Amino acid sequence: MTDNTTNLTWRQWLNSDAPTSRRHARIAAIYHGWQTFSSNTLAMVGLGILLLLFFVAALAPLLAPHDPLTQNLAGRLLPLWTDGHPLGTDSLGRDILSRLIYGSRITLYIVTLVALIAPIAGLLVGTIAGYTGGIVDAALMRITDIFLAFPRLVLALAFVAALGAGIENAVLAISLTAWPPYARIARAETLTIRRSDFISAVQLQGAGPLRIITRHIWPLCISSLIVRVTLDMAGVILAAAGLGFLGLGAQPPSPEWGAMISEGRKFILDYWWVAAMPGLAIFTVSLAFNLLGDGLRDVLDPKSGSS
Amino acid sequence: MTTLLDIENLRVTFPTRQGEFEAVRGVSFNLGQERLGIVGESGSGKSMTGRAILRLIRPPGRIEADRLELGGRDMMSMTEREMQSVRGEQISMVMQDPKFSLNPVMRVGEQIIEIYRFHTGASKRAAYAKAIEMLQAVSINDPERVMRAYPHEMSGGMGQRIMIAMMLVTEPKILIADEPTSALDVSVQTQVLSIIDRLVRQRGMGLIFISHDLNLVASFCDRVLIMYAGRIVETCAADKLHEAKHPYTRGLLNSLPRLDHPQDRLQALHRDPNWTLAPSVSGRV
Amino acid sequence: MSNLEIHDLNVWFGRDDDRVDAVKHASFSVPSGASFGLVGESGSGKSTILRALVGLVPTWSGDMKVADQSLTRKRPRAFFKDVQMVFQDPYASLHPRHTVDQVLGETLNLHGFDDINNRIEKLLEDVGLGPAFRFRYPHQLSGGQRQRVAIARALAPQPSVLLLDEPTSALDVSVQAEVLNLLSDLRQERALTYLMVSHNLAVVAHMCSNIAVMQAGKIVEVMGVDDMRAMTPTHPYTRHLLNSSQGYKPSQEQSA
Repeated sequence: MTDNTTNLTWRQWLNSDAPTSRRHARIAAIYHGWQTFSSNTLAMVGLGILLLLFFVAALAPLLAPHDPLTQNLAGRLLPLWTDGHPLGTDSLGRDILSRLIYGSRITLYIVTLVALIAPIAGLLVGTIAGYTGGIVDAALMRITDIFLAFPRLVLALAFVAALGAGIENAVLAISLTAWPPYARIARAETLTIRRSDFISAVQLQGAGPLRIITRHIWPLCISSLIVRVTLDMAGVILAAAGLGFLGLGAQPPSPEWGAMISEGRKFILDYWWVAAMPGLAIFTVSLAFNLLGDGLRDVLDPKSGSS
Repeated sequence: MTTLLDIENLRVTFPTRQGEFEAVRGVSFNLGQERLGIVGESGSGKSMTGRAILRLIRPPGRIEADRLELGGRDMMSMTEREMQSVRGEQISMVMQDPKFSLNPVMRVGEQIIEIYRFHTGASKRAAYAKAIEMLQAVSINDPERVMRAYPHEMSGGMGQRIMIAMMLVTEPKILIADEPTSALDVSVQTQVLSIIDRLVRQRGMGLIFISHDLNLVASFCDRVLIMYAGRIVETCAADKLHEAKHPYTRGLLNSLPRLDHPQDRLQALHRDPNWTLAPSVSGRV
Repeated sequence: MSNLEIHDLNVWFGRDDDRVDAVKHASFSVPSGASFGLVGESGSGKSTILRALVGLVPTWSGDMKVADQSLTRKRPRAFFKDVQMVFQDPYASLHPRHTVDQVLGETLNLHGFDDINNRIEKLLEDVGLGPAFRFRYPHQLSGGQRQRVAIARALAPQPSVLLLDEPTSALDVSVQAEVLNLLSDLRQERALTYLMVSHNLAVVAHMCSNIAVMQAGKIVEVMGVDDMRAMTPTHPYTRHLLNSSQGYKPSQEQSA
């Protein structure tokens, strides 16, 4: 077996149509997915921007020219391209570029938490409801409807009233209102998949519901959930920004992008860059997620996998 | 017999990650006022040939041909606009499953009228009358009711008859039927085939009947082309199909189980790589 | 060694006004080691009988016996060691994200076999697929190859009864011959009992010794294959099916 692999080039090994082991098959499949994805220029742009976001957040202390919280009331509202402040300063003299860089950490934090909590909760609820059917399905779907009915901001207000303002509570509020659509998607997919012959076949081998849901249904649902998550990220960032804007999320002096827009609101006519720069950052990251989502859909689209 | 369609060296190519893939490799034939069958298995290029005649291959796929002429007019150099007046008007196509070829959110009558008016510019009243006439021609007994119905309310056989009515309402010269009866039950098949047979004969049309079913094509058509791997490997008169000579055709015929001929084991086809290398046989008469 | 017996089987879907009777008063028996065919057009109920046998239909009445034991509401695990099914559409009967190895491995696992590695290799060999196919995904297999994998999966628990639901309808003619030969060989080698559903009379006549003809949920005739080949049916529907299977004859126009 090893003789064959050492004689092949990497590319031949990856493109082989007779994989020699489970690992080989999986890696080859990922490679093919990558090839499809990378042929989509816009998707690669999206991926690039998000990688940039990740590096900026990771290396924030090294990249930021100033401390994001240091105020300098003498140098308030300095315009773009000021010496030492490429993106100007805000109403308290804090460097906007540094605040954007440190703010990327907060954005990443919010996005990661919501991207983990909401789809996983939705997947669990949706697949169990869809597979079990009957009264369990009805009950779970009514619970889903209840959460779907909550306006995000009202729920956030309730949390703030109960638990105090802060970014964690904002994330919780967003997640609690973000999971229902995933439950619906997962349930719809489960209902379709459930009638497939391959599910009947494994039932005829004596498989129980747990195995069927986790090993047969989840792998097929996850594709559409991943695509939906990336497309929703734009909305999540904006929701966090909106909560920050209302003072319900990140608290001052935290450099959260939405809060920065809120602070810059008063000066928008004369000192437009104070609000526009964080707005541009939000726009760029949201766009990147959308492009990534489109590219992922081409790779993961269930139509080509035919379930 | 006039030549309705003249094709020489038709090629359809698709670029893929592994290089260029030729789905149709040099197919030549002509079609008169006759029923020509194109038989092949999946991947033989038979459906691609049908689509290529109507230039329905989307980029990045390419169609090339030394000659693709409809009644003497060159089709390869036609603009898309000119092709639109060929498709559905001079050459029509009926496909396998009416579930996928009829618009599910429009009533049947609206769809037939739309096609007729698009190609002839007739008034709504004239189009309606023509549609009723066509539905009667395909043996639908209560055409008014069918006109008002939606496609999903029709059975498979009915849907296919509606497709035929729709495709023939503009009185085209050529009908391409791509597996028109494969999705139908066997008793409905006979019904639909006899309708196609009658209409094609009455109107002096040419019919290209694409199928994987050798026996069906042999009993329904006048002349047969057998395709394999993008090429024509043999042509013959339909009633002489069972005397075919090419090993692939013989292999296909022999591998079919037959009611009148019990066998212990079926003869599996042994594919000879030379078949893909040999040049395409011309289907021209 | 198991035989099959169906007595006065009724299968229906829905209730009261929405009730659709898919199978009505079906009765036939298949001796152990024999091959029995069910033919009919779509909606005749032939596939529904297979699904009823394996417990995939919710509402039925009547008696179904496998190995002389009547079947109840649920099927115990041991049942699936004895009775397995091959589905019609090779493109839908394999999970798109599981390799062949995973499909067979999971099956063997569920039935409590050990020595899974060797068994997978043997199964692939038995159905005529080499080790090169073991780690492929379904989209890397042709229709015939997928159907062979489905057959291998059905054979994994070493059943004595195989239910075949139009196993070659979706396959090319040349591939059909190979798969039918494989099924015949397997039946002979392992003394299996086959219940085969098809709309293709020639295929059923080749594979089966007795055939039940179904129309709209009812069995209208049960005949031996010799009678079918001799074209001596007793029921007019059977005659109609036999005539339609002969290809196209110009004199057969019927209006709607």
